[in-house]
Formats: sequence, C-alpha cells, structure tokens
Amino acid sequence: MAGAALPGRLTPPTTEEHAIDTGTPTAPRGGWRRATVREVRDPGGAVVLRLDVPDRVDHMPGQHYVVRLTADDGYTAARSYSVVSAPSDPLVELYVERLEDGEVSTFLADVVEPGDELEVRGPIGGWFAWDGETPVLAVGGGSGVAPLVSMLRHAHDLGRPELVCLVAAARTLAQTPYAEEISGGCQVVALSRETSPSGRAASRLSAADLAPLVEGRRTAFVCGSAAFAEAASQLLVSVGMPAGSIRVERFGPSG
Amino acid sequence: MSVTRGFLGHRRERDPRLPPGQYNAGDDWPVLTAEVTPNLRTDAWTLTVDGLVERVSTWTWDEAHALPQSEYHGDIHCVTTWSKLGTVFGGVSVDEVLDAAGPRPEATHVMATSTTGYTTNLPLEDLRGGKAWVAFTFGGLPLTTHHGGPVRLLVPHLYFWKSAKWVTRLTLMDHDEPGFWERNGYHDRGDPWQEQRYQGD
Repeated sequence: MAGAALPGRLTPPTTEEHAIDTGTPTAPRGGWRRATVREVRDPGGAVVLRLDVPDRVDHMPGQHYVVRLTADDGYTAARSYSVVSAPSDPLVELYVERLEDGEVSTFLADVVEPGDELEVRGPIGGWFAWDGETPVLAVGGGSGVAPLVSMLRHAHDLGRPELVCLVAAARTLAQTPYAEEISGGCQVVALSRETSPSGRAASRLSAADLAPLVEGRRTAFVCGSAAFAEAASQLLVSVGMPAGSIRVERFGPSG
Repeated sequence: MSVTRGFLGHRRERDPRLPPGQYNAGDDWPVLTAEVTPNLRTDAWTLTVDGLVERVSTWTWDEAHALPQSEYHGDIHCVTTWSKLGTVFGGVSVDEVLDAAGPRPEATHVMATSTTGYTTNLPLEDLRGGKAWVAFTFGGLPLTTHHGGPVRLLVPHLYFWKSAKWVTRLTLMDHDEPGFWERNGYHDRGDPWQEQRYQGD
C-alpha cells in the first residue's frame, strides 16, 4: 500500500487540533496460546480460518490476533489478523487475504489444514475496539470489513443490531467479504463497478452514502487500505463526524 | 519452540539488519495511523519542550529550521513486522532542543504529543546522545503528510510508533506513564532487538 496517492482529498478537517478521544475502556488482552485449526474455508483470494483457542480471553470486536509461524530451525514470521467472530462464538475466526508473495498469508491459505496447530496471541489492541454499547458507524474497504463484521455479529448477539451501521465498499459483490451478512437495517454495500443487491448504482463510496447514517452515531470505525482509510475518514469528516471520533485502522500488504 | 507443520518461510533475503520477527518491506513504506490525518500548517506549528526543564522553550517552523540540522542514515522498524532499510531522514537532533530547554536532574521520561492528541512515552535516555530527531525530510524531500509530515519525531532504534507523527510537544517527567498505544496494549519501551512489542514482552 505504501503512501498511495489519494483519490481526491475531500474536505480537510477544519481545525488542526482535533484531539483524539481516548476514553476507551481497557481492552482484554491474552497471551500466547496453541490454537487448533477447526475449519478452513476458501472464499477466493483469501482464507477463513476458524480456530479453537484454549483458555481464550474474550475479545472486543475490532481487536486482532497475532499468528506466529515457526520453522524447524527456529525462524519465525508473525502477522496480525482482525477477528471476524463475535465474542460469543466458540471459535476465533480470522479472515486472511492471500497476498501472492506473502510469506504468512500464502502458508495459511495453501498449507494449513484442519487439525493443524498454530501459535496465536490475542486479543490485542484497545483503540480499534467496540464496547458493545456505543452506536457506531463502521466503514470498511475490501477485506477491511473483517473487524467490522465482528462488531455487527456482536450487535446481533446482543439483540441490538441497530447499534452497528456497517458500510462495506468494494469493486464488486464477489470482492466484498461477508457480503451476505451486510444487508437490511442501515447496512450498505457500496460497489464501484456494479449495482449493489440493494439497487445502489455503481459508484465510488461518497458523502451521499454516509450522510444519512451519521446522526446519533458517536464513534466511527474505518478500516481498509491506506488510500481507502484516508478517503473514507475525510468523507466522514465532510458529513459532520468529528475527526476526534473517528478511529482508523489502515493496513497494507504485510505478507 | 513450537514448530509449525510445513512452514519453511521465505528466507532468501534475510538481512542481518532485520531484528527478530521483522521482514524487509523494500521500497514500500506502509502507513499505519490510528486517527484522521491532520492538515498541519507549518505557519501554525510550533515545537515546545516543557515539564521538568529549566526553561520552557518553543520554536516556530522557521526557528526550528535555523537550529543545526543533522541526518539519520539507517533503518526503521514497525511493530507490525515491516522494516525499512537504509533510510535517510533530516531534521534537528532532539539533543539540540533538550539542551536549549535544560532538563532538570529529576527528569527521567518524556511524553511526546502530536497535534492530533496522539501521545507516546519514552525514557529520556532514548532521546539523548544522537539517537533521536525532530525530522522534516525523508530522502532529502519534505516529509509527506501520510508519513507524519511536515514534521515527526524520529526515534529509529525503537519501534516506529514511538516516532510520533505531527509532533508538537515534548514533556519531561520524573516518572513513566503510558502514551496512546502503550495504554492500548503495546510495550512501554519498544526495543525491536528485544521484540518488545506488547505489554509483558
């Protein structure tokens, strides 16, 4: 991803000082565990792993796990992946985009089978984490929806699906992970190359998509590539979400 | 050690400059920021050194550029496991501004604050002795906004979240207290050679 050019800088924040709201509850944190892979699904260009994590510490939606691989000579490689599952799920679900030259993602996608053991550590992260109470607007680009789907699933578990408005942006429906869960209520699938199942015409995510969703939502979560996160967070500012209420998780190819 | 079945790893370019668990990002420079990118104007920016100092001191953009400039040539390491090798940053050594403000003897730690409200804590010793900069340039060009431009802290011997983007204040303290990521599960010091990624490492 690396500092990709902005597709168009939208309304910049009106003030330079927009102190980030750090009133986050203390997030749970777990140490290293040996997880057992129970399910492996291949949704195309990615792999969904469902892990049985012993003595697991329940996560807050939005938190992530680290997966560490160790070769027989002690060489290790570790990467972080957002948790997709809700805290109530007996398994921890990770969505791993397969990067062609990715050392860890290709291994997870091509080699791992049910029954394998993986070293994992988590949950981690207290910033990009939803408390399960605050009404939130969650905006994800491509595989950036993964941690937001955890929020949506948790809201359903709580019997309060209206707490999470999830906007998923992608090129096509086929490139929208978990699209089947993002429907009804205030959920939006915004596709740039084809008409959405809801009838939304093909176009980039715009202020018109977000403006109707901001009212009453005290926090926004934005997750996606650097370019997407930048564009989406500026769009949110342009429709009235205070910059200090926007929590951003930018990610890039980390193999 | 618990070996992962079938894992060999890509070790074709393992470089001795890479700390444990890091990989070479090559020409990439991933952007990882928790907040909305600010629109920071250089004519409104100032750098202040306050807290336990003899003289609270503030520099404008022009004043900071009038201080002796120096460069860092070397590597940077992000806790998310990428490293970028052979970078060149230019700016002012933190020694310059600390010396001007005069740390009091009881000062042991520093809180760095950004215009966004982002904070990160550092032992004072990690900012002294030519180990840290207030950086304005990367590769001889102005630092871009995404990478913390027009100005960021640079503490390259620690994980890169310590190198606060859009830095505006260094506050000297007689104790340690956690900054933004440190409150959110990350290590208080963050030495990549000791893999101090998370609290408890």
